[in-house]
Order: sequence, then structure tokens, then C-alpha cells
Amino acid sequence: MKRFAALIDRLVYTRSRNSKLALIVDYLRHTPDPDRGWALAALTGALDFPAVKAGTVRALLGARVDEELFRLSRHFVGDTAETAALLWPDAPLGKEAEELSVAQAVDALSSATRGDAPAILASLLDRLDGDGRYALLKLALGGMRVGVSARLAKQAFAQAFDVSIDDVEELWHAIPPPYAPLFAWGEGKAPRPDLTDVAFFRPFMLAHPLEGESIDLSDFAAEWKWDGIRVQLVHGGGETRIYSRGGEEIGAAFPELLAVFDQDAVIDGELLVRGEAQGGAEGGAASFNALQQRLGRKTVARKMLADFPAFVRVYDLLAVDGSDLRALPWHERRRQLEGFVPRLAASHFDLSPVIAAAHFDELATLRAGARDAAIEGVMLKRRDAPYVAGRRAGLWYKWKRDPLVADCVMMYAQRGNGRRASFYSDYTFGCWTDAGELLPVGKAYSGFTDDELKWLDKFVRDHTIGRFGPVREVEKTLVLEVAFDSIHASKRHKSGLAMRFPRISRIRRDKPAEEADRIATLRAMAT
Amino acid sequence: MAKAKTWLEPHPHGLYVRPADLWIDPARPVERAAVTHGHADHARSGHHAVFATPETLAIMALRYGVDIAAHHNHAVAYGEGFERGGVRFSFHPAGHVLGSAQILMEYQGERIVVTGDYKRRADPTCAPFETVACDIFITEATFGLPVFRHPPTEGEIAKLLAAVRAEPHRCVLVGAYALGKAQRVIAELRAAGWHAPIFIHGALERMCALYSDHGVPLGELRLVSESAKDAMAGQIILAPPSALNDRWSRRLPDPVTAMASGWMRVRQRARQRMVELPLVISDHADWDELTATIAEVDPQESWITHGSEEGLLRWCELTQRKARALHLIGRDLEEEA
Repeated sequence: MKRFAALIDRLVYTRSRNSKLALIVDYLRHTPDPDRGWALAALTGALDFPAVKAGTVRALLGARVDEELFRLSRHFVGDTAETAALLWPDAPLGKEAEELSVAQAVDALSSATRGDAPAILASLLDRLDGDGRYALLKLALGGMRVGVSARLAKQAFAQAFDVSIDDVEELWHAIPPPYAPLFAWGEGKAPRPDLTDVAFFRPFMLAHPLEGESIDLSDFAAEWKWDGIRVQLVHGGGETRIYSRGGEEIGAAFPELLAVFDQDAVIDGELLVRGEAQGGAEGGAASFNALQQRLGRKTVARKMLADFPAFVRVYDLLAVDGSDLRALPWHERRRQLEGFVPRLAASHFDLSPVIAAAHFDELATLRAGARDAAIEGVMLKRRDAPYVAGRRAGLWYKWKRDPLVADCVMMYAQRGNGRRASFYSDYTFGCWTDAGELLPVGKAYSGFTDDELKWLDKFVRDHTIGRFGPVREVEKTLVLEVAFDSIHASKRHKSGLAMRFPRISRIRRDKPAEEADRIATLRAMAT
Repeated sequence: MAKAKTWLEPHPHGLYVRPADLWIDPARPVERAAVTHGHADHARSGHHAVFATPETLAIMALRYGVDIAAHHNHAVAYGEGFERGGVRFSFHPAGHVLGSAQILMEYQGERIVVTGDYKRRADPTCAPFETVACDIFITEATFGLPVFRHPPTEGEIAKLLAAVRAEPHRCVLVGAYALGKAQRVIAELRAAGWHAPIFIHGALERMCALYSDHGVPLGELRLVSESAKDAMAGQIILAPPSALNDRWSRRLPDPVTAMASGWMRVRQRARQRMVELPLVISDHADWDELTATIAEVDPQESWITHGSEEGLLRWCELTQRKARALHLIGRDLEEEA
């Protein structure tokens, strides 16, 4: 537990992604099984101990610390696990117990029932120091809050054992914690685990943005780019899973899809909600905003299912009836896909159509109309390319419609992270109401050069008129041209609008703030 | 015996000793002030006459240009005192920073101690806290919650040294309050065997010199502004907390950001300040010190001033000690704890 506690402690304070990666790599290389596997599971949120909840911890503390002092402390610290770790009495000096392993802690917590969970947790806490107690409680309650995504953990594994991240992604979901066969394979002590009859994840093939190149449509096929989320549905070994692009399982939020995807196959497609926002009645998909209502839920109410019915627009077939199609060229996969889609329930699946365009110019014209049709853009896929993981040059391109732009006024600024920790690099900007008031419409932290960042940083410092914790309010004099992909109604902001992918496209030092755009102008662009 | 309430009046901006017509640590300019120590939330500028230890007066002279030689200012050494309006005042070490004092007042057979800020653990830069018997004990409560238990200082210094040695191409930038904390960290580093030059922010220069003049050796100090970037790799840099992660730090070789403060005990606090290396080093009593001190002094009544008054009040209630909270304003300099 000491090594794990030290890792958690360092991760809490480390901000840079590469430093976090280095810490995890070092831990995985130098920690024995099964502790490192359990640690990895804890970091990626793969552990759950139903008998141990925040209430268990509160009850436990209640028996040892005055309730009022616990309440005051909890209020100050803001986190139950940390409060408990700090309040728990240290073991008397000289009475150091034998070191507790992560595996022992996991075993004890897994075997706990609601009845004996407090006693079990107490006996574990008694064997640890402050950092150890914090790590144990975070492991027990979930929600590490150390800024490590599942993707980062997988990358650390790949780096630690010099294996390909694609292999790690594939194997990850097929092997339960503490991942002993994965480590054995990583260290070259065992062959790659067999994935027959397992609903495992296939790393996604990704696209580069098209930047000025002209494409020969005899080599490339074009499809519309739909604004939903990319998903992979896998049915195999009696199981159905839905994976997001990062390899996260999101099936629980879409039970209606799990219920109807019953073919032995792996498909790649866009998860959307039924509607007419994208491409009208023919397009048949609601805006991304509608889909957002469905994301991130652990359970879904019946009303949600009725109000925001989800479906998948399928564009690739990676495996079917036991054979892996990924090595085949796109045109062959497409041929098989067209034959396969009729096997799926039409209520929840349709085929992403190929755009009929003879020449690139014709496609360019179609793309130019994408904005009016409220479609995100077009995708270009090389006809003879196999399905390969990651972003490979020359195979797939995304060609988004041109962004919208608006002239906004900088209102607030905040410092960035890592390399940008000393720069005010995150800007909140607003537009004018008819009453002449500025209301925030978005926040951006990219799009400018390093020199422009220096200039913006200095502007913020020289024009600060108020401070709210880390946030500076600035004089409302600087116009920023903001580019964004689309804008939607949103209850989260006072302006009632939210931008997608906003970035600073130009600094308009030449433009007086009162000539910036009005909220009404932005509202007219909303989809 | 006199009733304290008849002669010592708590006001939001300080304690007023009526028979002596004198304020203790007033938050605004007054005719006559007794000052426990030099931190800005206790020592303000603009008083006509100041009673304080010679060290505190020197600090006030440095910070506010107080004229030490003026006849209306009175240097009162530890163990010494003066009488005014029938009240006998004396100053006793509080162990907080150089010159910090508890003030004992005796009036018609009643004894009241005002601690100002204090700590109980060893500090190479100032005289250690002395327990003074009293009827009413007026204590600070900065860390008046049981989550605050400062670990041994040596361990925190060892963490700092390990971080410097682990990445010799970087430097460790320690945020430390300019009066007290900075000098203590330096002195503790020297005691732990770190004899390399320590690089400091210009804002620390004069206070470090003042400490040296008062017999606290700090070893070789260099100004960051006069040092080459390369020369600071593998070294320890000290700056006031406000300079962390700001433009000033861009001149340093890839600094690891550390901060020496009792607040660093709470992880989320450290994270909010973007601190990578939290050092729990405090000049204030932690929970155990606060409660042990009340138990040791064992006054008839405790008055609790700035900080987490509620926590310490609750402890007094649980241990059946008479206590009340005074709500003084303008205390609690977050940076300084």
C-alpha cells in the first residue's frame, strides 16, 4: 500500500500529462502482481465495492470523532475520504503493523457485507499512515480525482512494457482486474491472451482534417459527417457492449441498443438521437445537444428513452460471423456492410449513405451547402484502405464545414495549466444584449500563437478591474474574433447560448468593443 | 478579583485595555498599541505609540518606517514589562516568529494572557513558547480543527531536499511568507546540512538581513534577479507565495512548485494553488498543540480569536472548559500560516 499511496499522492499534485505518465510507468514496472493490477483498476475506476459507501465512512468516524468536529472538518476539507484519512488516529509509534498490500485491501473490501464493512474498513485504516488511509479510502469509495483517464493508464501500460497501445486497447476489456495475463504478456512471459468469444474493443480508425488538399474521388469515397458520438457495438460470447472512442463502455446509458444488437458482429458508427435538425427529415438526426441529454447516465428513465430515442448510423463493419474484416479494403467492407445492415433492427440502425459526387468540385459544392443542411461536414475514406487503428496519413479525412465566426468582447481570464501556468490563457467572452449589457457566450483557450498569447497575457494584467479567486475580470475593451463550429440553446449560460469548439481566430485590436456582435445575431445562428 | 469584562473589551478591530487606554494588535491606527508580533494582520502602521519587543519594533521599522528611537515607542524585552493605569504588562516568547510575544496583563489580582499567534515546536529562528499561568487565556485558533496535525518538520525538509536532488536539471521554488516562514525554512535547511547558496526573491532580501542582524545565521543567500538561469538548476529558490506560478517564475529553470504552509495538509488546498510539492511547515500551533496548551495553562476561561474558532470551542465544550469566541476582523492572513 505504501507504493500505491505514494503514487496517488504524487498524481494528486502532478499537473503535466507526461509527468503523470512517467509516474504510472515507473509504478507498473516496479510493483509486483497483483498489486499493480489492482492499482491500475483503481486508477481507471474499474473497482466497485457495493458494501462500502461514503455513509459507511461517516458512520465509522462518528464512532471515533465528535460528530460536530467531523462536520466542521468535512466542511473545511470538502471531501469525505480526505477528511476521514486526516482524522483517523495514527497507529502508536513502534507498533507498526506488517505492511498491508493493495491486494489484501481489495480482498477484504470485496468480501465485506453491509454488516461488517465498518469493522473491516476500520481494521485496514488502523494499519496505515495518513497517505495510506487516503489512498485506501479513495480506492474503496471510487472517484480518485487524480486526473488520470483510462486512456492515460493504458498508455502507461504500453510504455511500461514497450507494447503497442492498440494491442493494450483490444485486450483491456477482455481481461478483468488485476489483469495478470495482461502483465504476463507485457513482460514477455506469456503469449497474447486469446480473445475468441469475447466482446472486446477494437481501437478506432481516425481521420485527419483535410487542409487544402484536393482529393481524387476515384480513390476516395465520401460520406456525410454526422454530429453525434463515435461508437463501436460488439456482440460476441453472449455479450453486447457499446464502446466510445476512448474505449470506455457506455452501454448502460443506451439499454435500447444493447437489447436489439444481437448479431455476431462488430460495427462502427455514429450514435445519434432521432430528429430533424441534421439534414432535415431525410437526415433524420437531432442536434448534438439532444444527444447530450442521454450521455453519462448510469440508468435511463423511460421518459428519456421516449423523448430522446437513440439510434446508430452505421458506417463500417469490422467483424461478422466470426471473421475479422479489418484487413480488407474499405470497398469490400462496405459491400459486406450493405449486405449486413438489413439484419439489424431498422428502428435502431441505418446505413450511412455514400455521397454521390463525380468530382471533387461537386463535393466541394455539396460541402458548402452542409451549413444550411446543418450537417457537420463530409468524411473522405480511401477506397482501398484497410481498417487500421489510430490516425494514419492519407487514409481517412474529415472535411468540416467552414466555421462560424462572431466578434466578442473579452470579459474574464484565467491562467492555464502546465507550460501555461503563468499565462492568462483561458478567456471568457461575451456579446451585447439589446439593452447594452455584455453576457458571456463562451470560453476559449486556443487558436492563438505564442506571441499572441504573450500579448493577451499582458493585456489581461494591464486591464484587470476585478479578481474572483483565480479569475480576473478585465476592462471590456478588447474584441476577439471567435470561430466556432455551431451554437446551441443552453440553459447553462445566462445568454442562453453555448458554442461548440470555440477558438480565438483573430485579435481585433482595431475594432471598438461596442461594435462587437449582439446576442440576437448569435441566436439567429443557433441550431 | 476584578472581572475581566470590566477592564478588557473585545472589539471587532482589537482588544481594548480600558484602565491603560491601550489597544492590543488593533486593526486600525490608534493612539497607543501593544503589538504581539510583526505580521501585517497584527502589526499595522499609523499608531502613535507602540509597545513591542525590540525585534518586533525593528520589523515594524523595516516595514512601515516606524521610528524605533522615538520616545513614544517602547521596546519591551522578553520577561520585562511596564505598568500603565494600574495594569502591569509583560512580554513572553510565543515561538511564532522572531520577536513574537504573548502579552500578560495583571490587574487587581486578575491575569490575562493574549497569545497573538504561537506554536510549540522547535524553531531555530525564534525563542520558544513559554507557558504563562493565567485566569483568562486568549488564544489564536488558525488550525482549530482536528484535521490539522503538522507532521515533524524534519520530514518535510527531507521531502524538499529529496525533490531537489531527484531532478538536478530543475529547481525547487518554495513559496514562503516573507516574514518568519522564509527564514525558518532556510534555517531548517541549514540544520539539515544544505549549505549551498539559497536563491531568494527580492521581496525577502531585507527581512532575511534583519534576521541575520539579530543573530539568526542563514548562510549564503543570493538574489534570483542577479543569478543566471543555469546557476539555479538543482538549487532551492524561495519566494513569497504570490510569486509562485507568476511571471517572475519564468526566469527559473523548470521549477517544481512547492509551498511551505500548514494549509498544505489539505490536498485540495494544495491543488488549488497549483502546488506540486506541498510542505506542511507552519508557524502556528496545530490542533494537538492548541488543545494541549489550553490543558496545560488550564485557565478559568479561554477566549478564542481568529481561525477555526468553532472547532476549538467545541473541544472546550467537550472537555468542559469555559470558553467563548471573539470575532476579531482583519485577521487570518492565508498566506502566512
